[in-house]
Amino acid sequence: MARIIVVTSGKGGVGKTTTSASLATGLAQRGFTVAVLDFDVGLRNLDLIMGCERRVVYDFVNVIQGEASLHQALIRDKRVENLFILAASQTKDKEALTFEGVERVLTELAERCDYIVCDSPAGIEHGAMVAMYFADEAIVVTNPEVSSVRDSDRVLGLLQSKTRKASQGESVREHLLLTRYDPLRVERGEMLSVEDVQEILAIPLLGVIPESKSVLQASNAGEPVILETSSDAGQAYADAVARLLGEEREHRFLKPVKKGFFSRLFGG
Amino acid sequence: MGIFSYFRSKKTSAQIAKNRLQIIVAHERAENCGYDFLPQLRREILLVVQKYVPVELDHIRVDLTKDGNCEVLEFNVTLPERK
Repeated sequence: MARIIVVTSGKGGVGKTTTSASLATGLAQRGFTVAVLDFDVGLRNLDLIMGCERRVVYDFVNVIQGEASLHQALIRDKRVENLFILAASQTKDKEALTFEGVERVLTELAERCDYIVCDSPAGIEHGAMVAMYFADEAIVVTNPEVSSVRDSDRVLGLLQSKTRKASQGESVREHLLLTRYDPLRVERGEMLSVEDVQEILAIPLLGVIPESKSVLQASNAGEPVILETSSDAGQAYADAVARLLGEEREHRFLKPVKKGFFSRLFGG
Repeated sequence: MGIFSYFRSKKTSAQIAKNRLQIIVAHERAENCGYDFLPQLRREILLVVQKYVPVELDHIRVDLTKDGNCEVLEFNVTLPERK
């Protein structure tokens, strides 16, 4: 039976799609069969980040409405084996992602996948609610910034009350993924620290992804950043995948790269 | 942190952010405590109480506390002074 993981945040632009793409790729690299689903109807973007935008023929809504089979709509990744992408519809109405339809697709996928990663749209409207409803686990992507932390807290409240697990009296396993972290600004007192965010949200930390040029470079190229094994962000995502699988990994990239004596003395 | 920062006694912006967040998040959690029906329940209780005593919504306080596995829902109604 597949684990269903929702990548969510409330706030937009914090790195949900980047995270979905990298985690799904990382899990597939570990030998699991993984499907990554874009729930952002009308604003499809996962295909671009995964670099398969020209191979989209059928989408999620086509499958729900019976216009295509799941087999026809799933795009097989060309780099990593056993990784499949289901694109969001760019034209259909948001309401087309019905709870029943999504449940049918997830049930069918669960038969042949180990992990199903649901890339949630921003906000707490219909698309986001459907994306989280069937989840076993949730990765709450948060930036060390006030509006993002507040929205994450709101989303945590919804995960605890508006999901299938919640309706069965169980709970969705929650993980915090802090992205765009700048250790230097944290040290200067200009940015919330990982401890600050953890103290406020009070959920286990899955990983800290440093602010990194490689994220934009990877998205420019349509490569999940986890494949950039020399980059800090790529390595941080690989660590997060390991922790998701229950492996112990020390958190890295939490301290700024050491500077010279003079710049330290005068507080560069 | 350089030597100049030792002369700065002002709170850093990150500390201000943390304080603001702690307040707003606690406030918002108290508002629905994970139960969306609480604001509505509070309004309905107000209507019942109002049948007998003139109170306002502000006079009804809702507290949800966790005690181990048990959640305690507490309503406090402040009654107006008796004339």
